[in-house]
Amino acid sequence: MLKFIGKRLLMMIPVLIGISFIIFAIMSLTPGDPARLILGEYVEDEAIQAMRDELGLNDPFFQRYFDYMAGLIHGDFGVSWVSDLPVLEEIGSRIPTTLTLAFIATAIMTIVGVPLGIVSAVKQYSFLDTLCVFSAFILASVPSFWLGLLLVLLFSLTLNILPATGVDSWQNFILPCITLASVMMASLLRMTRSSMLEVVRQDYIRTARAKGADEKRVIFHHAIRNALLPVVTLVGLNFGNLMGGTIIIENVFAMPGLGTLILNSLYVKNTPVVMGGILFIAVCISIVNLLIDITYSFIDPRVRDRLKG
Amino acid sequence: MNELLQIKNLHVVYQTDEETVYAVNGVDLNLSEGETLGLVGETGAGKTTLALSILNILPPKVGKITEGSILFEGEELVGANEKLIREIQGNKIAMIFQDPMTSLNPLLTIEDQIGEALLLHRKELSKDEISQRVEEMLKMVGIPPERKKEYPHQFSGGMKQRVVIAISLACEPKLLLADEPTTALDVTIQAQVLHMMNQLKKELKTAMILITHDLGVVAEICEKVGIMYAGEIIEVGSLEDIFKGKDHHPYTKGLFGSIPDLNSDVSRLSPIDGLMPDPSALPEGCKFHPRCPNCWEMCKTTVPEYVDLGNGHKIRCHLFGNQNGGGGI
Repeated sequence: MLKFIGKRLLMMIPVLIGISFIIFAIMSLTPGDPARLILGEYVEDEAIQAMRDELGLNDPFFQRYFDYMAGLIHGDFGVSWVSDLPVLEEIGSRIPTTLTLAFIATAIMTIVGVPLGIVSAVKQYSFLDTLCVFSAFILASVPSFWLGLLLVLLFSLTLNILPATGVDSWQNFILPCITLASVMMASLLRMTRSSMLEVVRQDYIRTARAKGADEKRVIFHHAIRNALLPVVTLVGLNFGNLMGGTIIIENVFAMPGLGTLILNSLYVKNTPVVMGGILFIAVCISIVNLLIDITYSFIDPRVRDRLKG
Repeated sequence: MNELLQIKNLHVVYQTDEETVYAVNGVDLNLSEGETLGLVGETGAGKTTLALSILNILPPKVGKITEGSILFEGEELVGANEKLIREIQGNKIAMIFQDPMTSLNPLLTIEDQIGEALLLHRKELSKDEISQRVEEMLKMVGIPPERKKEYPHQFSGGMKQRVVIAISLACEPKLLLADEPTTALDVTIQAQVLHMMNQLKKELKTAMILITHDLGVVAEICEKVGIMYAGEIIEVGSLEDIFKGKDHHPYTKGLFGSIPDLNSDVSRLSPIDGLMPDPSALPEGCKFHPRCPNCWEMCKTTVPEYVDLGNGHKIRCHLFGNQNGGGGI
């Protein structure tokens, strides 16, 4: 197991190098001069040139990339071209907001979506099942920003019980987390339901029934663990997506998160911040994927054996 | 001998939105304690469905018993309450499933799976006693008991089949339903498994319904044989009656006639002409009449009743019995 984890951590290195190169190339080789974008339209050409020299933009592409990577290896993520703050500090100030959003949203969708999916499958075609499937269908079709706006309209403007914007207290996180969770919860519910329906049709479930196991034992002892395998994957993927994909919700609720930082930095080609932010997200997604695989090995002995071998 | 199982006029359908499949159509069957019945027939003849009905594990919502009765030790199983059925399932009646590859839960150890029936039905046993019993079962089917903590994927196909057999025998059932227990295995393992089942039958005095389409297997371990066609048992009798007797249902004749003879020189096999009817649109009258070489008018309109030729050799065909006319054989 430890060997597997070590191997996977080592494999992250080439992945991160690949990502860094691609992002750096896109940032450097696409049209648009960062100095011009940062200083604005109406600045003397001399000032632009001075800034280009200062940022090292006049160096050849590969030299700039290797300079950046050399810094990275020494733990130096560079300095934001806009604010002159260290990139780590800029990103660090945004991470708590994004991580909190991602964690709570993932927790909500798992706690609500998975059990409802299971109940829905066990009581297939019942009223509850129809209700769940229908709600999931609606939620999955609704754009999240629109749902966010509606929630603000109801809870902040009409009922006046929850704040609409900001990150000052835990109450600020309620509406954005619900918004983020609900869309993904819909897909999770449907995935759990179909996975469960698939499993209860398997021969080994019939074997369990033939032994005289009652419905409760069949579901809890035999079916659920088998049905959860694909669900674990989806939960992990959703969490990964949330790390970088909360931009719209951050905007709706005016929360300074990682997504917004990266987007704003992209507008002015603030390369160090974009690089730092995306590499951080890549590391998070890699670690989550590793965690998914480890969870898998706890659930499924076949995977456990493969990891040993 | 005491009657262990009595099935009367059993009808089972699979009902889906698109169609109704008539899987079992009026089956009568008697089985005494310790007796072994071979149930032979083509794929889709309703053999497995019959076994699933006896054990009450027809696919939920889709499979339904529409008519008839199943008496087990004198108790009616059709429409019985859940408590009685659970008490019988895996305890007094157990089933060996067809496909050992998919019949075991991939996430549970084989100890868990063999011990489960004991856990459910022998509440007086402690954990250690169950574990001990699991080891005994494994020894009996020829698997080293040390391997009880392993998972199904760590076993070969033949060993998985033995695990499935160990599961079904854990509670020493009175009736064992063996659904093609050797079909998924290669020939050498097949012989081992059959030998083992014969052994167990003698040791535990279990009655058995052996479902197969392999007449050789039937000849090896059965005392009684039932031939099934389109959801009906069209002929039933002792091994002697079916294999050596001279009176047979035309389908039985066709079935035996289709076995190639090693001693004669033939260039082609002799199958029964035609295909088994679509079970969602069965023919009127005798279900075999469209393929029957001896078919006459009555066969096309009237469902034949069982005719007893003595000694429990029953045939469901208009060629036998008291009806006037007809070809006779």
